[in-house]
Amino acid sequence: MEHHLPVLLIITPLVAAPLCVLVRQRLAVFGLSLTVCWATFAMAIMLLVRVLDSGEITYQLGGWSAPWGIEYRIDTLSAFVMLFVSGIGAIVLTFAPHSIAREIREDQHYLFFAEYLLCLTGLLGIAITGDLFNLFVFLEISSLSAYALISLGAREGVQQTRRALIAAFHYLVMGTIGATFILIGIGLLYMMTGTLNMADMAERLRAEVQINRKLMDVNETRTVLVAFAFLSVGISLKMALFPLHMWLPNAYTYAPSVVTAFLAATATKVSVYVLLRLIFTIVGASFAFEKLPLDTELMVLSLIGIVVASTTAIFQTNIKRMLAYSSVAQIGYIALGISFASLDGLTGAIVHLFNHALIKGGLFLAMGCLVLRLGSAELDDLRGIGRRMPWTMFAWVVGGLGLIGVPVTAGFISKWYLISAALERGWWPVALLVLLSSLLALVYVWRVVEAAYFQDSPEQHAEVTEAPAAMLIPTYVLIGATVFFGLWTSLSAGVAQQAAQLLLEVTP
Amino acid sequence: MKQHSILRVVAKLLIPFILLFALYVQFHGDYGPGGGFQAGVIFAAGIVLYGLVFGLQAARNVAPPIVMERLIALGVLIYAGTGVAAMFCGGNFLDYSALEYSFLQGSLLERHLPHGQHLGILLVELGVGITVAAVMILIFFSFAGRERSR
Repeated sequence: MEHHLPVLLIITPLVAAPLCVLVRQRLAVFGLSLTVCWATFAMAIMLLVRVLDSGEITYQLGGWSAPWGIEYRIDTLSAFVMLFVSGIGAIVLTFAPHSIAREIREDQHYLFFAEYLLCLTGLLGIAITGDLFNLFVFLEISSLSAYALISLGAREGVQQTRRALIAAFHYLVMGTIGATFILIGIGLLYMMTGTLNMADMAERLRAEVQINRKLMDVNETRTVLVAFAFLSVGISLKMALFPLHMWLPNAYTYAPSVVTAFLAATATKVSVYVLLRLIFTIVGASFAFEKLPLDTELMVLSLIGIVVASTTAIFQTNIKRMLAYSSVAQIGYIALGISFASLDGLTGAIVHLFNHALIKGGLFLAMGCLVLRLGSAELDDLRGIGRRMPWTMFAWVVGGLGLIGVPVTAGFISKWYLISAALERGWWPVALLVLLSSLLALVYVWRVVEAAYFQDSPEQHAEVTEAPAAMLIPTYVLIGATVFFGLWTSLSAGVAQQAAQLLLEVTP
Repeated sequence: MKQHSILRVVAKLLIPFILLFALYVQFHGDYGPGGGFQAGVIFAAGIVLYGLVFGLQAARNVAPPIVMERLIALGVLIYAGTGVAAMFCGGNFLDYSALEYSFLQGSLLERHLPHGQHLGILLVELGVGITVAAVMILIFFSFAGRERSR
C-alpha cells in the first residue's frame, strides 16, 4: 500500500464526504470525519518524510503514464503545503463540535462535515497534482465547498442571518471570476503546448515554434503572454492579493468560527502555492520576472496591501473582521517574499505560509471560544473578558504577538527572512516598511488587549465562564506550535529553504 | 394545469420515452456519443417535465428530495469505489485494466459481463449519471419550491 500513499491521501477524505451524507447521524459523522482528518494528516507526514528522504514521488492515475494521463507529483514544496493543510484540517475539526453546535443549525451538521472534507480534498488535491487541468478541478472543489461552508453561518441569533448568505454569494461571484480567468489561461496554454502536464508544459514552452515564417520560443508568443496575464490575475483573486481582496473580510466575518479558522489558515495559502507553481515550475522565473515585470508588480501591490490592510484593521470594531484584514496584510508579506525572487525571499514566503497558517488558525480558534461564550465578536463585548476567560485570552495574546512578529514566536522567523532578503538587495525602504507594518499590527492587537484586560466587563457578561477544555486544547496546540516553531526552525524554515532551492533550481 | 388535457396526455406519453432514452444514452455511452452526464441530465429532464405538468408535489412523491440527496452521495461513492476496487485488484487508482476478469471467475455470468476498461468506464459513468440526475432534480426542487419573499 506504500506505493498508493499519494492517491490515498486524496481519496480518503473524498470517499468520506459522501459517506457523511449517507450516514447523517451526528456522532457517527463526527467520528468518521475526525478519523479521516487525522489519518490524512498522518499520511501527509509520511509523504513529507519520504520526499525529504528520496526526492520527488510520482503516481500515475489509472495507470496512464505522464504527459497523457493525470499524474500526481509530490516535491518538497507540495509535501510541505499538504502537511500544514491537513494538520490544520485535523486540529480545527477536533475543535469543531461545541462551536458548530452553537453556530450552525442542527439539521445542517452532517452537511458541514461533508463540505469540510470536500474542501480538504480540494486543497490537498491542488497541492498534489502535476496536471494543470486537474489542479483547476480541485480548485473548484475546494472553492465550491468553501462557498457552501461560509453560507452555513446563516443562523438566527448568533449573527445577522442574511449577511453570511450575502458574503458567501459575493465570494462566489468573485471566486468564479477568478476561476474563469484561470480556466481561460489554462486553455490558452493548452492551445500553445498541446499538453496539460505541468513538467511537460514547462519543457514545451521553451521549445521553438514557427510563426509567420519566423522562429521564436513558444513563450515569446502573444498567446502565452495573455495566458500568463489571465492566470496571474485569476490566482491573485483567489489568494486575495490587494486590491483583489474585497471578498475576504465579509466572508471571514460572517462564516462560522470553525470555517473561518480553517479557510483563513489554508485556502489563500494554497492559492499562493498555485502562484509559485505557475511562476517557478511552468513559465519559469526568468519569464515572469525578467521578461515581464511581475516582481515589481507583486512588490508594489503587496507593500500597498500591507500598509492599507493593516491600517484598515486598526479601525475595525469586529475582531473577526480585524483579523480578516490582517490576513490580507499577511498575504502581502508572502507576495513580497516571492517578489524578491531570491533564496531568502522565497524561503521567507514559504515559511510564512506555514507560520501564518498556525498563527491565524490559532487566533480564529480563540475567536471561536469567545463567540461560543459571548455570541459576538464585537470589540465592545470583549471588555474585561481577560478576567472571565483567562485561558482563551492568553492564547489570543500569544497569537497576536505572533502576528506582530515578536521574537520567540513563529511570526518573527518569517519577518527575519523577509527583512534580510530586502537588505540583501539593498532595498532598505522595503525593510523599513515591513518594520513599520509590524507597528501597525501592534496597534490593532493592543486594542483588543486593552479592551480585554484594562476595561470593566459589562453587566450582562457576569455569567460568562471559560470555554470547555475540548476547545481550549486544540487552540493551545496551534498557539503552542507558533511558539514551538519560533524556537525550533529546522522543520519550518529548513524545509521551506529546501523547497525554495528546488524552485529556484540552485544547488545548496 | 388540470384543464390542459393535451399537455397532460402528451407529457404522459413522452415521459417514458425520455427516461428510456436517458438509459440508452447512459448504457450506450461507451459505444456511441453519450455518457453519464448527458444521461443524467436527460433523466432529470423527464422528472422536471412531470413536475411542471402535474405539480411540484407529485414530482416530489416520485423523487423524494431525501432520497435524491442520498443518491448524490451514492453516485460519488460508486465512482470512487470503482477506483478503489481497481487498487484492490492490483492496479493504480482507477486503473480499469486491473478489473480484467477479476470478478465472478468461473461462473456462468462471466462471459456476459463486461471486463477491464469496459467494465470500469461503465461503472464510473453509472456513478456520474446517478449523481448528475439527482443534482439536477434537487436544483429544480429548490428553485421551484422557493417561497416568495419570506
